[in-house]
Amino acid sequence: MTINRHDALGLSDADVLEIYRTMLLARKVDERMWLLNRSGKIPFVISCQGQEAAQVGASFALNRQKDYVAPYYRDLGVVLAFGMTAKDLMLSAFAKAEDPNSAGRQMPGHFGQKKNRIITGSSPVTTQIPHAVGVALAGKMEKQDFVSFVTLGEGSSNQGDFHEGLNFAGVHKLPVITMVENNKYAISVPFEKQIASENVSIRAKSYGMFGETIDGTDPLAVYAAIKQARERALNGEGPSLIEAITDRFTAHSSDDDDRTYREKEEVEEAKKKDSIITFANYLRELDVLTNEIEQEFNREIDSIVNEATDYAENAPYAAPEDALKHVYEEM
Amino acid sequence: MTVMSYIQAITTALREEMIRDEKVFILGEDVGVKGGVFRATDGLYEEFGAERVLDTPLAESAIAGVGIGAAMYGMRPVAEMQFADFILPAVNQIISEAAKIRYRSNNDWNVPITIRAPYGGGVHGALYHSQSLESIFANQPGLKIVMPSTPYDAKGLLKAAIRDNDPVLFFEHKRAYRLLKADVPEEDYVLPIGKADIKREGTDITIITYGLCIHFALQAAEKLAEEGIDAHIVDLRTVYPLDKEAIIAAAKKTGKVLLITEDNKEGSIIGEVAAIIAENCLFDLDAPIMRLAGPDVPAMPYSPPMEKFFMVNPDKVEKAMRELAEF
Amino acid sequence: MAKEKITMPQLGESVTEGTISTWLVEVGDKVKKYDPIAEVLTDKVNAEVPSSFTGTIQQLVAAEGDTIAVGELMCYIETEDGTVADSPAITANNEKIEPVKETASVDQSMKKRYSPAVLRLAQENDLDLLTVTGTGKGGRITRKDIEKILNESSAETIPSQPVLEEPVKHELQTNTVAPDLHQGDIEIPVQGVRKVIAQNMVRSTQEIPHAWMTVEVDVTDLVTYRNKLKASFKQQEGFNLTFFAFFVKAVAQGLKEYPQLNSQWAGHKIIQKKDINLSIAVANNQELFVPVIKNADEKSIKGIAKDIYVLANKARTGTLKADDMKDGTFTVNNTGSFGSIHSMGVINYPQAAILQVESIVKRPVIIKDMFAARDMVNLSLSLDHRILDGLICGRFLARVKEILENMNEATTNIY
Repeated sequence: MTINRHDALGLSDADVLEIYRTMLLARKVDERMWLLNRSGKIPFVISCQGQEAAQVGASFALNRQKDYVAPYYRDLGVVLAFGMTAKDLMLSAFAKAEDPNSAGRQMPGHFGQKKNRIITGSSPVTTQIPHAVGVALAGKMEKQDFVSFVTLGEGSSNQGDFHEGLNFAGVHKLPVITMVENNKYAISVPFEKQIASENVSIRAKSYGMFGETIDGTDPLAVYAAIKQARERALNGEGPSLIEAITDRFTAHSSDDDDRTYREKEEVEEAKKKDSIITFANYLRELDVLTNEIEQEFNREIDSIVNEATDYAENAPYAAPEDALKHVYEEM
Repeated sequence: MTVMSYIQAITTALREEMIRDEKVFILGEDVGVKGGVFRATDGLYEEFGAERVLDTPLAESAIAGVGIGAAMYGMRPVAEMQFADFILPAVNQIISEAAKIRYRSNNDWNVPITIRAPYGGGVHGALYHSQSLESIFANQPGLKIVMPSTPYDAKGLLKAAIRDNDPVLFFEHKRAYRLLKADVPEEDYVLPIGKADIKREGTDITIITYGLCIHFALQAAEKLAEEGIDAHIVDLRTVYPLDKEAIIAAAKKTGKVLLITEDNKEGSIIGEVAAIIAENCLFDLDAPIMRLAGPDVPAMPYSPPMEKFFMVNPDKVEKAMRELAEF
Repeated sequence: MAKEKITMPQLGESVTEGTISTWLVEVGDKVKKYDPIAEVLTDKVNAEVPSSFTGTIQQLVAAEGDTIAVGELMCYIETEDGTVADSPAITANNEKIEPVKETASVDQSMKKRYSPAVLRLAQENDLDLLTVTGTGKGGRITRKDIEKILNESSAETIPSQPVLEEPVKHELQTNTVAPDLHQGDIEIPVQGVRKVIAQNMVRSTQEIPHAWMTVEVDVTDLVTYRNKLKASFKQQEGFNLTFFAFFVKAVAQGLKEYPQLNSQWAGHKIIQKKDINLSIAVANNQELFVPVIKNADEKSIKGIAKDIYVLANKARTGTLKADDMKDGTFTVNNTGSFGSIHSMGVINYPQAAILQVESIVKRPVIIKDMFAARDMVNLSLSLDHRILDGLICGRFLARVKEILENMNEATTNIY
């Protein structure tokens, strides 16, 4: 007998179905990108697979009309939840002019879209934390009721900007939520060679903020944690550090072969807890997700992904000399 | 007009901009209650409050990075690095982030931040309170680097920097802070970023420099004028991106060019200035392009004779100018 | 006993001055080293300034409320014997830069090292750099040197009335013979004189539309006459009776009859000169000068020969004055002295024409259907086609030819 956990969180059946659908869309877009990469059509993929529950669960706990997000490169689920479309992502994968992230200037996974308050990101990791803190500072100064939400991997939590940013947020009690998506690997280096403490969230104490480690494969657990963090932030209780334990089902990127540093069985084992499956099971058991709905989701998403791929593949590149544009404000 | 020191001009510009636009705020170490270690933000905390004159933790990358975040949101942060020498922990934020955000987002996001930093030597500051670090940032398209030489320029350029929609590094010569005093208009004015300024018209030799070295050159020029040597002095004011037109015009004017920087010679701003002249002015040149700069040692030592040995000063400038004039 | 100074210390990194808020000592007070002597207020700190010496305060130079620069005198203190001032052994002034010594003017090592700017200007203005004296280091010719020449030449050669619609762009001039600067050569300091000529010559080629014509003259009788007089004349007068004097005389006479050739271009008008002042080209080994035989039409052949002798001598010794070269109205060039038989002279600006007197060559000529050995000479005229046309010049040359062919013992008196 499965207990309905989402009611208690204030989530309707429609809400959880939308969470599931968004996770599934993220997964399907990601899988398509790998196919495109392996068929030589796009040079690079960096994956969200295994982390969709954390990304989408957290996003749904935020105000997706107000809050700012500073995602990191795996956050396909976050940006989809915040309004980016499959087509946008495919345009980015193909580096086409219409790509809203960068018009094909950045590698895929370097998200940014001002109209959806998705703060542009770079490749040096963790630089986004001070940015999210700065946005939170601005919101506080302007007396706005939004929070900023920033994500990163556990390896990135060793960077100076993690310390500097969180300490700043802690000192000034800023409405910023930091979520570490701990997928246990920084490319090839496992958690125990990255971090000496028992987990990442324990560091929150030293920044004077709330910290907790949660199951990142359960979207409802993540939803609950981020929702509470958001409430604390808006209540003036300051920032939170949430560590979501996830898995990375793929290699680090399309240029990496993870068989050189981890056992295949480890990944197989992790995939048993694949949130796409487990969350679908939960919804099925509650009869929220019916066969009909599931088929409809799959049909719809396949169609979205196909259309997005075709559109992006046929879309034009930016003119070569557009490389000269937008260094500075153009009057 | 009011007679103001260079640092008073800075404070005035900050204050006027904070009154003009409530999105302007200051963040940095000791900028609040203390009013800055050099007192550049003197009185602003009292006038505008703790939130707009924000004392931050001692962490330069956060000062820059938080400022960048706030700027992306739409604020106009003025971040203070206590000394330019301490800007290095923030280099990733400045170069990987601030400089590239407009470009990498295809004009979707921009970073209207001003990062102020006192630089320069001759104040017994030794290795880590004396450096000129502009060249580190001077091949980073997306950044602008402004280095005013006078109180008048300092006020007009700082206001321009704050209103600029792109990141501006604003390096202030710490020895100029209280050394230089001049008439500064009380009214609001801005000076163009990206434009050099002719500080003295002359026909015999051209001196192109910036910051405190402008004054060394002006002093030397007055002395040399008595000997009939007439120097043309150009203040770069913005050292990145360079005002190529002004540089070319100034070099062509006399065909004899002396470039001066307080920075170490190799890889400095004036090397690029020399390259611009070499590319564009060959048939106007009447002498090899001459450079006067600090020696290629890591930074200036504390001991007064060694510091003096390192520093450009009016005597060295005069000697170089005379040598060029006589060539 | 020693009198020491206490100066304003630098109280903070950017501080350049301090205000003495309170003196803590008075004149006559005995102080120990490090005893506070004054309270000083700066922008950055308030501080008590300690004494740098043990001794007696002798004079308070700065008053309370005075703001003085770092390093300026605050007070004098008389120290006791044996007290050694603890100023550093090496003072900041020890590296005072030596005044640059005057560069020895004899150093000419850079004379032929030309900068790109100098080369370009020389090329654009057709200026012979060997004729320019450099004022730069090692005798280097500077861009300023060239610009000065340009400015001066435009100032010197443009008449006081504006004669041209547009300023002349290329005023640089050149001499026709370049000095040879090999070791052992003597340089003649005639820069000013030479410069004027050079300016005129180059301006001439750029401004004047030149046209040329040449006539052949039979001077057999003239040669016979002159050769007869040559030796006695030299003995009597002390200088040579040259052929050239006869030619100059003939030209002067021709000009009297055809004053159109004795004129100058002046923009909107042509000025016909009353005086006939003949410029003659006089060369020495290194340079060419164009001194003037004044009023040549009024002079005898002997008088002309004397002028030629005197001017040539001056040219050789470098003592030509600008006055000697002034006011020429027409030039006669003795190109024959180099063996030339035909040449095209450059008009000596602003004159209207120049006549090249070529070599007298003995060659077979048909006279009355018979070969005869005759002394023949070519006269080559360059004319300013703005002022002159072929017709008038042809007539002038024909007249000169006539005069010359009729010069003989019977018709011509050299005195």
